[in-house]
Amino acid sequence: MGRRVLVTGAARSTGRRLVGALVEQPEVELVVAVDEQEPAEPFPDKVERLAVDLRSPALVRTVRSAGIDTCAHLGVTAEPRAAGGRVSMKERNVLGTMQLLAAAYHAPDLRRLVLKSTTAVYGATAADPAVWTEGMPHETPRHGFGKDAIEVEDYARSFERRRPDVAVTVLRLANQVGPNVDNPLTRYFELPACPTVLGFDPRLQFLHEEDTAEVLLRTILGPAPDGTFNVAGDGVVLLSQAIRIAGKPPLPIPEPLVNRVAELVGRTVDFSPEQVRFLQYGRVADTSAAREQLGFTPKWSSLQAFEDFAATRLRKLVTEEQVARLERDALGLLRRAAERIAREVPR
Amino acid sequence: MTPPRERCQARARKGDRCRNPAGPDGLCALHRRQLERGTPEPDPLIPGPPTPGAPEPQPVIPGPPYREGSPAAEPEAPVVHTPPDETPRDEPDLGPLEPVLAWAEEALEFLGRRVLGEYEVDEFGHDPDLVEHVLAPLLRPLYRHWWRVETRGLEHVPDGGPALVVGNHAGTLPFDALMVALALLDEHPAHRSLRMLAADLAFGLPVVAPLARKAGNTLACAEDATRLLEAGELVGVWPEGYKGLGKPYRERYQLQRFGRGGFVEIALRTGAPIVPVAVVGSEEIYPMLANLRRVARLLGFPYFPVTPTFPALGPLGAIPLPSKWLIEFCPPIETASLGSEAAMDPMTLFDLTDQVRDTIQQTVYRNLLARRGVFG
Repeated sequence: MGRRVLVTGAARSTGRRLVGALVEQPEVELVVAVDEQEPAEPFPDKVERLAVDLRSPALVRTVRSAGIDTCAHLGVTAEPRAAGGRVSMKERNVLGTMQLLAAAYHAPDLRRLVLKSTTAVYGATAADPAVWTEGMPHETPRHGFGKDAIEVEDYARSFERRRPDVAVTVLRLANQVGPNVDNPLTRYFELPACPTVLGFDPRLQFLHEEDTAEVLLRTILGPAPDGTFNVAGDGVVLLSQAIRIAGKPPLPIPEPLVNRVAELVGRTVDFSPEQVRFLQYGRVADTSAAREQLGFTPKWSSLQAFEDFAATRLRKLVTEEQVARLERDALGLLRRAAERIAREVPR
Repeated sequence: MTPPRERCQARARKGDRCRNPAGPDGLCALHRRQLERGTPEPDPLIPGPPTPGAPEPQPVIPGPPYREGSPAAEPEAPVVHTPPDETPRDEPDLGPLEPVLAWAEEALEFLGRRVLGEYEVDEFGHDPDLVEHVLAPLLRPLYRHWWRVETRGLEHVPDGGPALVVGNHAGTLPFDALMVALALLDEHPAHRSLRMLAADLAFGLPVVAPLARKAGNTLACAEDATRLLEAGELVGVWPEGYKGLGKPYRERYQLQRFGRGGFVEIALRTGAPIVPVAVVGSEEIYPMLANLRRVARLLGFPYFPVTPTFPALGPLGAIPLPSKWLIEFCPPIETASLGSEAAMDPMTLFDLTDQVRDTIQQTVYRNLLARRGVFG
């Protein structure tokens, strides 16, 4: 009997990509795509679409009766505005997960639960260790997406205790970028100028969308161990560097004014306050556990992932050719000036 | 723990090795991209044996002979960029201007890299390109001419692999740490980068926070220190912390309590040798006569110094006094043979902490007695 997989949050870019990849796998017999939204690109024919909210009884029925063996929970969102406000976002994230897990508790064939979480659970403060490992005690973010993600992870862990026969894998993904990703951070880099916190230059990690799909696919189909794993591209990129690669002018904002500006900018990019702190202090997660236990090494480094995003999605204000030409011209000018001085000043 | 990363195999434009971390193919992201794009930069890549039979790569493709008043180049000739200002025939001897021009070239290349974001930092944010071209050149005049720093015992710092450099801390602002780092970068035969553990205050301050990270420093916490040592880095720690930096002038050269000795525990866990370093001269740069505790509390600083020139002379008071410095690295205290279990024994930790502290204190006293005067 083939694998029967249920994917939540299936209509968003990551979910849609995963569903497409799952359908192509020979060992997968059934894919149930759960999302009340319409996907940007329609699902393949073989996919059974369930256009309901996570809190719907239809979902409970399907999880119980369709013989689902794997549940990939991608339905936790970081975009308050898209979710209809912060309260509604929390409702969806936390209560939706509770409902899903309650249904999953009664699914007799369930063997695996994959939760897409985020490195935002580590928060972002000045007193953070430089590199987070999964087991490090971290101050719980008290607001927003980070808090939701922590609560969702807690529910997943308590589910694991109640259903020891189900392997629970939590993937804490770094910020995703790529040609098709649309999230608050990609929208931030698409602004005409990138607001930064004056005098701060955080370290960021990126995960390419291909790698996101790959790690999810591998955890769903491969021999996934229980546990929590950070997933991010190798290396780090500084925000200043990212802005330069994006070819945008930075717009440094003094700290006291940051929240006000964030509110204004927040309307277009759907930024929450903890993402502002992220852009002040940054965050880097250690990925060796994913490498060693999950056997997953991202194909794209953080820098490559961001460069790919910038190359496909952004129009640079300053190109490499321009800089190279300027460099050559300035040097030529200097050399000619030096030659003239050397000729005219007798030794 | 990820193993220390391979460096890129390509050569940067000046012929130095590229310092960026390499991917699986032995190249960093930037050079890989350059190779893929086939950028006609004169960027000879060293890896890979030359293809047999293939002609040696020619560094400069000679362009068509430059003719006065000749129109555009032949249509089939590829655009070869040999700027006309590089025609070697009538190039006069630039004499003393040659180094100036070389310097300008390097500076322009650096600016180009910065504008395009073409550099890599490690996971702690260490930016060797910035250190080499901006931060170190800013500090060098202080090191060479203002404080005329003299170093001894550099041979006690290993050429490679992990070690924990532990020093005394004084002088209101942590210039002593910066000078020790510069001594290791400039004068140590292996030009080692000292990765210092700094107080969390530094990482919350605008401007200071990113500079501290880019210079290779990180937060003074066990996780970061362990990670750096396991990656084979040279780690610097100043266990006196603010107690040392912000002590009054009358207590100069008296080492304060060494924290809780956490640095010894980390050295034992990772088996890294401890290299005590004694700095003489740093106490006199800002002689602290009084500490305005109330002002400090108001501003959120650990102390607020009153020196003969600060705050009386305003910004001028920020100019440090030109004392003569001596930095002495002491013989390393080996910890690997004690085994990592020793880290569990508080007695061993206390003993080792005291041993390190005494070594530094004795060396400071000895060098103080030997020095001719504060301003040497």
